[in-house]
Amino acid sequence: MLVNRKLILAHFWLAFAVFGIALTLGAWQMFIRSPIGTWLSNPELYYRSLTAHGTVMGYVFPTLVAMGFGYAISEAALQQRLVGVRWAWAGFWLIVIGSIMAVIPIALGRASVLYTFYPPLIGNVFYYLGVVLVVVGSWIWVALMSVNLRIWRKAHPGAPVPLAMFANVAGSYLWAWTAVGAALELLLQIIPVAAGLKNTIDAGLARIFFSWTLHAIVYFWLMPTYIAYYTIVPRAIGGRVYSDTMARISFILFLVVAMPIGMHHTFADPQVGAGFKFIHSAFTALVTLPTFLTVFTICASVEIAARLRGGRGLFGWITALPWDNPMMLALAFSFVMLGFGGAGGLINMSYQLDTSIHNTQWITGHFHLIFGGAIVIMYFAIAYDLWPHLTGRELVDLRLIRTQLWLWFVGMIVTTFPWHWVGILGMPRRMAYFDFGDPAIAPQALSVTLSAIGGFILLASGIMFIVILARGMRAPQADAGANRFALAVHQPATVPVALNTHALWVALMIGLTLTNYGYPILNLALSEGTSVPAVYVGAQ
Amino acid sequence: MSTRELFTLTNRHFKASVGIFAAIFVVTAIAGFIVLPFAQPWVQFANVWDAICSAAGVPQRAASVATPEQSKRLSEVVLTSNTLSRPSQEAIGRGATLAQRCAICHGPTGVSRADSPNLAGQYAAVIYKELHDFRTGARTNAVMSPFAVNLTDQEIADLSNYYADLPRLPAYHPTPQLPKPNIVIYGAPMRGIAPCGSCHGSLDNKTGSPWLEGQSEAYMKAQLQAFASDERRNDISQQMRNVARAMTPQEIEQAAAYYASQPPDIVKAVD
Repeated sequence: MLVNRKLILAHFWLAFAVFGIALTLGAWQMFIRSPIGTWLSNPELYYRSLTAHGTVMGYVFPTLVAMGFGYAISEAALQQRLVGVRWAWAGFWLIVIGSIMAVIPIALGRASVLYTFYPPLIGNVFYYLGVVLVVVGSWIWVALMSVNLRIWRKAHPGAPVPLAMFANVAGSYLWAWTAVGAALELLLQIIPVAAGLKNTIDAGLARIFFSWTLHAIVYFWLMPTYIAYYTIVPRAIGGRVYSDTMARISFILFLVVAMPIGMHHTFADPQVGAGFKFIHSAFTALVTLPTFLTVFTICASVEIAARLRGGRGLFGWITALPWDNPMMLALAFSFVMLGFGGAGGLINMSYQLDTSIHNTQWITGHFHLIFGGAIVIMYFAIAYDLWPHLTGRELVDLRLIRTQLWLWFVGMIVTTFPWHWVGILGMPRRMAYFDFGDPAIAPQALSVTLSAIGGFILLASGIMFIVILARGMRAPQADAGANRFALAVHQPATVPVALNTHALWVALMIGLTLTNYGYPILNLALSEGTSVPAVYVGAQ
Repeated sequence: MSTRELFTLTNRHFKASVGIFAAIFVVTAIAGFIVLPFAQPWVQFANVWDAICSAAGVPQRAASVATPEQSKRLSEVVLTSNTLSRPSQEAIGRGATLAQRCAICHGPTGVSRADSPNLAGQYAAVIYKELHDFRTGARTNAVMSPFAVNLTDQEIADLSNYYADLPRLPAYHPTPQLPKPNIVIYGAPMRGIAPCGSCHGSLDNKTGSPWLEGQSEAYMKAQLQAFASDERRNDISQQMRNVARAMTPQEIEQAAAYYASQPPDIVKAVD
């Protein structure tokens, strides 16, 4: 039951429109600093583009997808009309206004600070205010998800919350808390400086606040993908979820351990004590658990589908899978990219191994493979699955959809594998220009060229994706039936209260944030002489 | 079961989850704060508390490291983007009177005829810093140092504001504009040289960095050579010395010739 289709479609269309723009900028960036592009002679234009790419891809695009998907889940899984539709539209418009407000200073070259802000670099105040509005808009969604679940609970006392909604609300709580770090950085530190009230800033403290957001935000991006793994894929390929409990435990673990681990981004920062870096590193290792649980459960769920289709043998069942089904294809691609990206991530989180790849192109390759690859390909899958329900029309050209998914997968591998490689060779990230005529880096020219070609494959795939969705809006009308989520092998009749509510896990999330972040933040906030003069973009 | 019963020790989920996470935290904390600090044979700790404080990042005064004797003075100036940003008309007027003694080298309109820097329209923070450095001896020059040594803080600020207020005029002998050389626009990433233009104009300007358009070629060349040879050392954190040392003589000549050939009216306005 999807009543507020317009609301959900608006979120998806805005998400994919800004995604298309940012993707184009990304491909241009790959090209312009590769040996095949002629250097611009102005690095500022490159950083301008990079800031826009990161801001859209990091803040606007995934947030809108999570919100749109969240509203759809709330209506379809709970089988009740969304409460607070006006608030939802208000949140949407806040994001629209915030995005425009942020993009104007970027386009004018007044906020080329990259989406990670990098104080003491300070851009135009409207850039930061725009980002704040985007976050505030998304917090409205968090509140609405909580309110809608509460209303459902009142009407169904003691009943198990449908898995999709349980996970969706977990994702929204994770976002609410993780965004607090960047919000504190913006409101207490950056915006007063950008507005001219102060002209020094504690850059070290700002980096700690940002690390609070920076890692868990990835798990917020990941939530829709994991929800799709558990609740869309098994149904779409004719199987069942192997274990509902395992799924709940995975989402709970994400909620608890995604937060207190962000300092593995600051291993090279002198203002953080080595003991805290070790604790964060150890907790980062824990975050592999929910992913391993998920990979196991989803492989088992897929095997169920294969055996129902007559698959036999230890591995022979793999051939019985519906490989022409886009959902199956997207899942397989997503898992392959998650596997490689996750393995790279284990290197990043190791205190010692990180030193060899810290701040190199390896990192850029890593997060593009995980986010742009494993996560975004499932966003495509989510859109393909929901589109017929949202538009009342059929997506007819499955071949085109498969081609699009293939291109995205191949493009992402071609882009990110050479990227990792040049990172190991020591090529730094965030550089606008490389002189490939220099004998020291001339051998890397081939890898960087390959990577840029991958960027264009991705651009082609992205355009196809938008074309498929646009054509879907004009296709002949067809009834897609009810929008259902996958059922478990053993559908839960009752669920222990700990696995049916979020309170305990939110409390643990906040508690671990206090233990792992409390002292480093207080130490820097209360120490004298830790601030440095701000460097204003474009000012003398 | 209600949420209230969730947070009780009789609930095994509560007991198990809190217990497990507390145990993980305690174990990792013991490893990170006690075991690993002592596992470093090259670091000595007085006691366990000392090791814990070190691992927690408590700011500590270095115990017995003797700071090397500084034979030459370093710059003591702290600049922010707001240094001297809103001068009064009185300050500019006082600066104009004081500037009469500067005119013999820096020109009556702030444009030099003697290979000294052109000061008309130079950023106030730049003049402020250099005058301070001449006064303290962080930068020395046979001609400039005696002028600067008796200036008060107020006089330095007034002079800086006055020159910053003057219009940027063309150089005394303008030369045809040269194209941008690589060192200005690309730098040399493999040698750790940022583009000149990323601080000194053409691409961007940074606090404390002078704009260079239309300045004397001989002067700029001499300063780069002085930085390279460590003769001039009032740059903060050796920024310019590191760049100049890595530059080739040809690059020094190209950069100086390029900036000297640019008209100063292309310099971005100060915000």
